[in-house]
Amino acid sequence: MKVSIDADRCQGHGRCFNMAPDIFGFDDLGNGYVLGDGVLTSETLDRARLAQANCPEHAIAIEE
Amino acid sequence: MTTEAVKPPVEDFATDWDHTDPTWVGDPYPIWEDLRQTCPVAHTERYGGGWFPATHEYVSEIANDTTHFTSRNVVVNNTRPDELDPPGAPAPIGVAPPITSDPPFHQIARRLILPAFAPGPVNALEPQIRALCQRLLDNMGDAEVVNGGSQYAQFIPPAVISQMLGFPEEDEDLFRDFVHVVLEGIDEPDLEVRKAMFTPLEEYFTKQIEDHQANPRDDLTSYLLNVEIAGQKLQMEHVRGTMVLILVAGIDTTWSAIGASLWHLAKNPDDLARLVNEPELLPVAIEEFLRFYAPVTMARLVVDDYDFHGCPMKKDDWILLGFPAANRDPAAFKDADQFIIDREINRHAAFGLGIHRCAGSNLARLEMTIAIEEFIKRYPKFELADPESVTWAQGQVRGPRNLPIRILK
Repeated sequence: MKVSIDADRCQGHGRCFNMAPDIFGFDDLGNGYVLGDGVLTSETLDRARLAQANCPEHAIAIEE
Repeated sequence: MTTEAVKPPVEDFATDWDHTDPTWVGDPYPIWEDLRQTCPVAHTERYGGGWFPATHEYVSEIANDTTHFTSRNVVVNNTRPDELDPPGAPAPIGVAPPITSDPPFHQIARRLILPAFAPGPVNALEPQIRALCQRLLDNMGDAEVVNGGSQYAQFIPPAVISQMLGFPEEDEDLFRDFVHVVLEGIDEPDLEVRKAMFTPLEEYFTKQIEDHQANPRDDLTSYLLNVEIAGQKLQMEHVRGTMVLILVAGIDTTWSAIGASLWHLAKNPDDLARLVNEPELLPVAIEEFLRFYAPVTMARLVVDDYDFHGCPMKKDDWILLGFPAANRDPAAFKDADQFIIDREINRHAAFGLGIHRCAGSNLARLEMTIAIEEFIKRYPKFELADPESVTWAQGQVRGPRNLPIRILK
């Protein structure tokens, strides 16, 4: 399982890095990006899914 | 303003909407729900012609379509779109870049200001914002009734914005007057009168710009005066426009969001008790405050005649872009008409959608969080002192202005 952010869709609402700061970070413009390789563990999967469900721009994808 | 008394009241919001009509200002939510079920794109001949899509789907579609809809003017008013533009200003810039800019210039103008509003610099403001909130609460002391608007919410954003722009602290009262003029003067039909309303603001900015030119310092005003695009400093209209934008967009909006949140807590003791007892819930609650009481409605102009899902839109028609209405759409949110303080899934559009996402959203969220956190820490029990006296701002920013709150023991 791997999480990714579509940089073309992300507009910097900040929902992902606010709710899951161990999975997502932010760049100088305030846009989100995935920390590390994005591989999800049993510990991070649920919160990654929650971040995905809260992204107003539908910019987060989780590859099963 | 001057025409308020003679404006005919709205009888049918589907064919004659007016967002300054007292019914809409007082409680717009039933109107929007009715439109969603029957319309869902309302029309009006007022303001020279305009449309109001009431569903999340259509709001999102228009927000993401910068081909058919331009941001050249984002406040619905009685003047025609071109009349307020400075003569000779390149069209894609608009009067307050980047909010009034279209692609491709929009991205250039936006990238200039985003770093100042990214989480890093914004979070660094937390200690000052907290100290300010505590000072305001100290001033209210142990009064039986306090005003959550005029004694609290109204003071927080101006102090933060004026600090970011590097304006003197003692000018905060002036700011609030400017904001009123720009956002709440939309009904003024006389262009000359409307332009004159901007004069004090223009003069104030001139003074500040001259002072920053003579004494550059580490703030947003100096940054805008010195930053370069492709080796060229910004046109002065651009600098002024962005300063106006930061001032206007950063003040009225957040104070409305703080005020509406306090209004909700004053009316809903269960939610208040839950937040007091479970402060870790605050981040989730803030998003629900933002969804349920989203203060900001934007506008677009139709670029050319365009058939939008059967609506024959004409060039230069207004679009009132109701993000607050989108946030109440049951097609997009489960139990959309219910405030659920621990709502887990909340894809709200309070900060807009698409390329014009509110540049100050991180700052707004921080100010809201600290303001509410400190208020309920100081006053864990309170209620509305006089519900009938609460007044709501008219126009495209909605929030309580007069908010008397009785502190309970």
